[in-house]
Amino acid sequence: MDDFGRLIEQEVPRLRRYAHALVRDPERADDLVQDCLERAWRKSHLWVRRTNLRGWLMTILHNLYANAARKHSNSPTLVSLDDTTQAPGTPATQAEELNALAVREALQTLPAEQQQVLLLVGMEQMHYAEVAALLKIPIGTVMSRLFRARERMRVLLAESTRPTLRRVK
Amino acid sequence: MTEAAFRPSEEQLHAYVDGFLDRSLQGAVERFLAENPGEALRIEAYRQQNAALQALRALPESRPFTVPEFRARIRWSRLAVQVAAAVLLLAVGGGAGWWGRVLLAPREPLWVRLVDQAERAYQTFVPEVVHPVEVTRDQEQHLRTWLSKRLGTPVAVPVLTSHGYELVGGRLLPGDPGPAALFMYQDAQGSRLTLYVLAAPSKRRDTAFRYVQSGSLWICYWMGENIDFALTGEVDRDQIKDIAKTAYMQLNNMKLPSGGDW
Repeated sequence: MDDFGRLIEQEVPRLRRYAHALVRDPERADDLVQDCLERAWRKSHLWVRRTNLRGWLMTILHNLYANAARKHSNSPTLVSLDDTTQAPGTPATQAEELNALAVREALQTLPAEQQQVLLLVGMEQMHYAEVAALLKIPIGTVMSRLFRARERMRVLLAESTRPTLRRVK
Repeated sequence: MTEAAFRPSEEQLHAYVDGFLDRSLQGAVERFLAENPGEALRIEAYRQQNAALQALRALPESRPFTVPEFRARIRWSRLAVQVAAAVLLLAVGGGAGWWGRVLLAPREPLWVRLVDQAERAYQTFVPEVVHPVEVTRDQEQHLRTWLSKRLGTPVAVPVLTSHGYELVGGRLLPGDPGPAALFMYQDAQGSRLTLYVLAAPSKRRDTAFRYVQSGSLWICYWMGENIDFALTGEVDRDQIKDIAKTAYMQLNNMKLPSGGDW
């Protein structure tokens, strides 16, 4: 069991990155990670027979996130002052950089399965085959989710930052 | 293929963005992009997405995530429940097996409890050769009336023959919260499924099937307004989903406010 604790601890940074990318409020993101860890610990007997701890934890985390998102989809989103200071209407000097906030907002509109793949490839820099193994889905599915996620993000971000992307290459 | 005719596949373009492209193709893809400004813009947008996602990697220094901390918290709550359970067991003059296990389980989210109980019921009764069920399918009408009465809500016995599974029968089980119904099904090869049904503890609305994998088992559950159920089997995810949908339709038809004849 202590092995299990150690193994889990190694995954915490990755889980936190993942949660913080999805959830804007850092406090809530960390709550999500904590919930995930607690649940994993309680359900550790279910994991014993498996080897893919990372995928299991990611799935727990993502399900918790998706459930919470569904529950809160009707309640207004609170935006902290920190966020509004870097909102999408930023000066043209940032034209080439996609605003992290805008990216996060666009990310939140993607279906959960696409978020997962995009984060694992784009943020965690995992290879497509690794993602397929982690999520236990065929690599073709990974690719098609990635294609759709990126294209949807591109359209959304082009809308939100239209003036800044109007530059000629 | 001539250089001019080279058109990278979508996979190759994404691999280029992610730095996974075979080095031998690198030059060809770059030439293609140079000649196709529209595609170049699209690929540049993907690159920027990656850069922005990379920027999200930076984490705030926040509270430490100590495994010992949450472990202690769970240990404590489990201990509290165990003490309470021990007192209760002494009070009722001892008891073991199902009751003990149910009482000793820590208070978990409802779905965890549902899935846990369903999985244990599966593992207990599916290997059973002599008495897999209490009431066999030739008394299906009685099974339905009896279990509906004990659960306090009308419970249908779903027909899963369209998926190749015949009803074996059912039984009553202690559950949490309240008594549970377990229906068992079997296909021509003798492989079995169980459907675990509980009366929902309170009014709520939840409109999605969820899945849990446990070893070689898939468990598909639904927590609804009147009943919660979990279908367990050693089948793949798509199969369990399809069968659970069939079960859901039939269990839910009983829920229509037309009353029912139970």
